[in-house]
Amino acid sequence: MKLIAKSEHCSGCGACKLVCGLTNFGQVNPAMAALSIHGRFPAPGVYEIRLCDQCGVCAEACPVEAIEEENGIFLVDTDACITCGECVDACPHGVMFEHARLDAPIKCTLCKACAAVCPRDALVIAED
Amino acid sequence: MLPGYAGTILRIDLTQDKIAKQPLPAEMAHSFIGGRGFVAKTLFDELPPQADPLGPENLFIAASGPMSGHFMPASGKTHFGCKSPATGGYGDSNLGGHFGPSLKYAGYDMLILTGRAPQASLLVIEDERIALKPAGDLWGMGSIATEARLKAELGDAYQILTIGPAGENGVVYACITHDFGRQAGRVGIGAVLGSKNIKAIAVKGTGSIPVADPKAALTEGLNAFQAIRTKPGFTGWTPEGTAGITDWINRVGAFPTRNFQTSYWDQHTQINGAAILRELKITDKGCYCCPTPCGKYGKARTGLGDVYVEGPEFETISLLGSNCLIGEISEIAYANYVCDELGLDTISAGVVCSWAIECYEKGLLDRETIGRDVQFGDLASVVHLLECISRREGIGDLLAHGVKTAAQKVGQGSEAFAIHVKGLEWSGYECRNAPGMMLAYMTSDIGAHHARAWVLGHDLAGSSGSVHDLIASKGKRERLPKSEVTGRAANVIASQHLRPLFDLLGICRLQFMELGFEVEHYERLFAVITGNPLSWDDMLAVSEKVWHLTRSISARELQGFGRAWDYPPERFMAEPIPDGPNEGHCISRAEIDILLDEYYDLRGWDRNGLPTAATLERCGLKAVARTMATWACHGDG
Repeated sequence: MKLIAKSEHCSGCGACKLVCGLTNFGQVNPAMAALSIHGRFPAPGVYEIRLCDQCGVCAEACPVEAIEEENGIFLVDTDACITCGECVDACPHGVMFEHARLDAPIKCTLCKACAAVCPRDALVIAED
Repeated sequence: MLPGYAGTILRIDLTQDKIAKQPLPAEMAHSFIGGRGFVAKTLFDELPPQADPLGPENLFIAASGPMSGHFMPASGKTHFGCKSPATGGYGDSNLGGHFGPSLKYAGYDMLILTGRAPQASLLVIEDERIALKPAGDLWGMGSIATEARLKAELGDAYQILTIGPAGENGVVYACITHDFGRQAGRVGIGAVLGSKNIKAIAVKGTGSIPVADPKAALTEGLNAFQAIRTKPGFTGWTPEGTAGITDWINRVGAFPTRNFQTSYWDQHTQINGAAILRELKITDKGCYCCPTPCGKYGKARTGLGDVYVEGPEFETISLLGSNCLIGEISEIAYANYVCDELGLDTISAGVVCSWAIECYEKGLLDRETIGRDVQFGDLASVVHLLECISRREGIGDLLAHGVKTAAQKVGQGSEAFAIHVKGLEWSGYECRNAPGMMLAYMTSDIGAHHARAWVLGHDLAGSSGSVHDLIASKGKRERLPKSEVTGRAANVIASQHLRPLFDLLGICRLQFMELGFEVEHYERLFAVITGNPLSWDDMLAVSEKVWHLTRSISARELQGFGRAWDYPPERFMAEPIPDGPNEGHCISRAEIDILLDEYYDLRGWDRNGLPTAATLERCGLKAVARTMATWACHGDG
């Protein structure tokens, strides 16, 4: 199972970010989202979605093995995390985020909420 | 803690560079809900009466609502308020995009600016950190260019409001621009920001908004996003957005053309929604959490150059397009871009330009005064006027005051075709045979704007359905009978409570109005977000209260305010429409008086159009009634 971005469908509304924070942290706070949307304006006038493809580079970078794979999904063990930021720096897509109110970085859990809400079908789940 | 709200009002005295953070009073949230309600309440309580709209004593207010920034469809609206430099009365305007939600994530429901910064400044809000920075190097730059530069300097996460040269130079219909194409266009709110020496406001918020029941908010939000996909308009209305109504508007003879000389134009298919998709569009561009993005961002290629621009939406098509007789969508988009960059409201600018061109045709303004020949249908003429206006050069200094004042100065009968109410230029719907909509324009609290009430479907098609229903209806152009004027007021009043209710909540009304998204969704979402199970009728009662309050503010600010302020331009009462479906129709002064009498009576206002003390008290505005009595400007009876 994979989360796939179709940036050409995106209209930049950000509902995906809001539902991400609400689903994973119970907070109305898009700064707690594990994906990002970038508008390229005024030119060329397109949106770019950046999201986690579960590549596992974060786990390789973690010095305390606080990121582990479960069924193809890399999850952060918030108790084991030492908040060193190595994974955030290492993420090739720039989609591990730090937030001042959280002790561990924010990472996609493949909860599928963003795909469920996206009104443009710019985020879709592809089964293996 | 007030669930739904950020909980704090941010006040900045620009003259003193003093910042104050005030807890949002629970009573204010309860009594006025938010957005437009907060704007009206604050203006009534805090605006020094008879203030100069462009003086330091005026207030600049930005207010979100309790549903802004929450997980629900289209929760991105921000409401702005001031004493309007266009009308001298109550003024508000709103925009979509992402600013209001970001302001709430930073911790603030409302921002109130008073005074005047000693130098050109940029206001930066990053959560609890507030900074006023010199911005002399930005002064004179275009709105879009300013935003692009600030995004590059501050970062993508900032949401930014800017003004252009028009706002800096006090043009009374200067707008605020945000997100490369969203505007708070009306009442001159951009000029008020410019008068305070604020070129731009940038906000970044990383906090959370408290919510009464997070689990239910997630469930109801997901339900709402799923439910809206089942509406026929989701796939039927969204692709063309507001421009999709162009063909229907023309079919029923309500398309302002040639400075409202007529109401039908057979070139409409060159400038409709389909033309945008065919010739301009790159991407749909959505406001915050919007499932039905009406924004169409594209590239226009014209003889004057190629530009990237959001739009044109319907109002711009109407006022810069048909009303100026610009019959190519790319050329309308170019004029749209020029207005955006200069910081001009496309509605007012379109009306002002078309009035000036008609004056030139009639010999009331000459070539020397205008600076060149100008004619309908010529993009270069319109662009020349827009540039003069924004810099107040030559004819632009006259036109910068708006069509009402310009016509008073030019005289010679030009007032008859200066299309405005209360000094605010008329938006995109011709109503000589649409008496309900005519009444809506006449009594709109900010002047001639459609946002407060829109009953054109009822007037011209007997429909109370959604806009998508109208667009999807089959039919062809046919001669329409003369509309009955009696019995129109109740429908207009209902619309004046309904549409502005969304401005209290801080969300977009288009999903409701255009697609028919059901009230029940909004009621349920409001309850789980705020924990306050207000019914829709409870909320409408607040909307009615705010209506009386905004009328009272204008009565306090404008000497002799009353019925005389509510009449439409002479053209609509004296010149029958010359062609199209409404050929031969116009509305007499006697019919206008019937509309007004019925309206005032149903509103509980006296026949001079002022709320009576009894009406104010009935709506919970006892203190307002007392204040109005001291100003000797409440209604009799």
